[in-house]
Amino acid sequence: MLEKFKKHQFLFEELVKRDFKNKYKRTVLGMVWSILSPLLMLLVMSLVFTHLFGRKTPHYTIYLFAGNLVFSYFKDATNGGMNSLVANAAIFTKVNVPKYLFLLSRNVSSLLNFGLTLIVFFVFAAFDGILFTWKFIFLLYPIGCLVIFNIGLGFILSALYVFFRDMQYLYDIFTMLLMYVSAIFYTVDTFPIAYRNLFYLNPVYVYITYFRRIVIDGVIPGVVIHLFCILYAMIAIFIGSWYYKKYNYKFLYYL
Amino acid sequence: MIIDIKDLSIRYIMGDFKDIGLKEYIVRKIKGDFTVREFWAVDGVTFSLEKGDMLGIVGTNGAGKSTLLKVISGIMRPTKGEVRVEGNVSALLELASGFDGDLTVRENTYLRGAMLGYTRDFMNKKYNEIIAFAELEEFQDRPFKQLSSGMKSRLAFSIACLVKPDILILDEVLSVGDGGFRKKSEDKMMEIIHGGATTILVSHSLDQIRRLCNKVLWLDKGKQVAFGETASICDKYKEFIEKKKITKK
Repeated sequence: MLEKFKKHQFLFEELVKRDFKNKYKRTVLGMVWSILSPLLMLLVMSLVFTHLFGRKTPHYTIYLFAGNLVFSYFKDATNGGMNSLVANAAIFTKVNVPKYLFLLSRNVSSLLNFGLTLIVFFVFAAFDGILFTWKFIFLLYPIGCLVIFNIGLGFILSALYVFFRDMQYLYDIFTMLLMYVSAIFYTVDTFPIAYRNLFYLNPVYVYITYFRRIVIDGVIPGVVIHLFCILYAMIAIFIGSWYYKKYNYKFLYYL
Repeated sequence: MIIDIKDLSIRYIMGDFKDIGLKEYIVRKIKGDFTVREFWAVDGVTFSLEKGDMLGIVGTNGAGKSTLLKVISGIMRPTKGEVRVEGNVSALLELASGFDGDLTVRENTYLRGAMLGYTRDFMNKKYNEIIAFAELEEFQDRPFKQLSSGMKSRLAFSIACLVKPDILILDEVLSVGDGGFRKKSEDKMMEIIHGGATTILVSHSLDQIRRLCNKVLWLDKGKQVAFGETASICDKYKEFIEKKKITKK
């Protein structure tokens, strides 16, 4: 496996470069824009929702930011992942290269983008009087799980998108619905306890919650959340890679 | 033997499943309006090549030439039969595709090199030679989409050929570029073959095949019509094509 990766390392690096260049159109403004757009979203959301939900929630802006941060990374990575096969069809139908490289390179550029926004997030947190403790290191755990989750889901989505070309619209609707049940701008405290537990069925909510516990509450979440994080990641990557392997040589007929 | 193919068959599927949406898929399934047609794109092909051979593949459109090449280059898997390929394959199927229009010529050269399995060091060493051979020195930092189609093909050819692959696959490649470049690329091909590479060439130009190849494979609708000596098969194929023209008239 490692040897195989080594063999394709050069190609992988070139693909990452290509995705990054295409994304930002080689301008500094392009990079600024990718940070600016989540900030703009944050600004509007905090203007509107602080009045509705934010009065009782401490550090509401950071609460909102954490939700947006995680959710937009999830959305960007899976959307890009979904496209990765169809967009590179001209390449892998003509040259023999492992197809998962396209998905991975797209995920790397999404992750870098997430990293940039994460820095801005920490700056905001510092201004908001959040105390930075050693516990912040634990943030690596949900990030790692989310990366695996996104890759796994990307596998599934990219394969589906090859077969069904309206996947993009369906997935857009799905992510929109998912956003509303991810508790991005409201808190779940007002729900009865039975309903509240239902939120854990949503993987994105679990990752967001982990973030908020560490950053806002300053505590390391319990074992259950840790298990949920890794469980969702494993399910996604397992189904995704199985599905990919199964259809690896069939994609060709559909493109 | 470098390439050994025994009774190779590839089943291809075609039908309504292409470019279809989930909604349309469901509707068609319910109406029973969903048909998938299977056919054998390549059916029982057997041949083998030695080191230094140059094989020409002839056949009319839809004879299964491209499908066969896709199997040899590892993009597709055979449905039946055996394929044994020894050494690294540098395949050029439809030359100019797979480049990224927004990247520069230089970036595309590296990307393509990476796709063909070269290392970065190797590309660093060969880069200038590739650009010089493609005669694109002045265009190195231009976006790729600004090149003419001839230039694009020239670049693709140069990247694939300047690296001494064990097996080189060329699909309608030598018909690119102007006269001068065509001569140059043929010379390059001969150099590669004399260097011991095994080459497979698909071309509609019989003259070219007569000139370059020492073996010919003739496919028709997936079936192997003949394999062997260049001159005799080319003569028969020419006869076949002319007969076809007459019957059409």
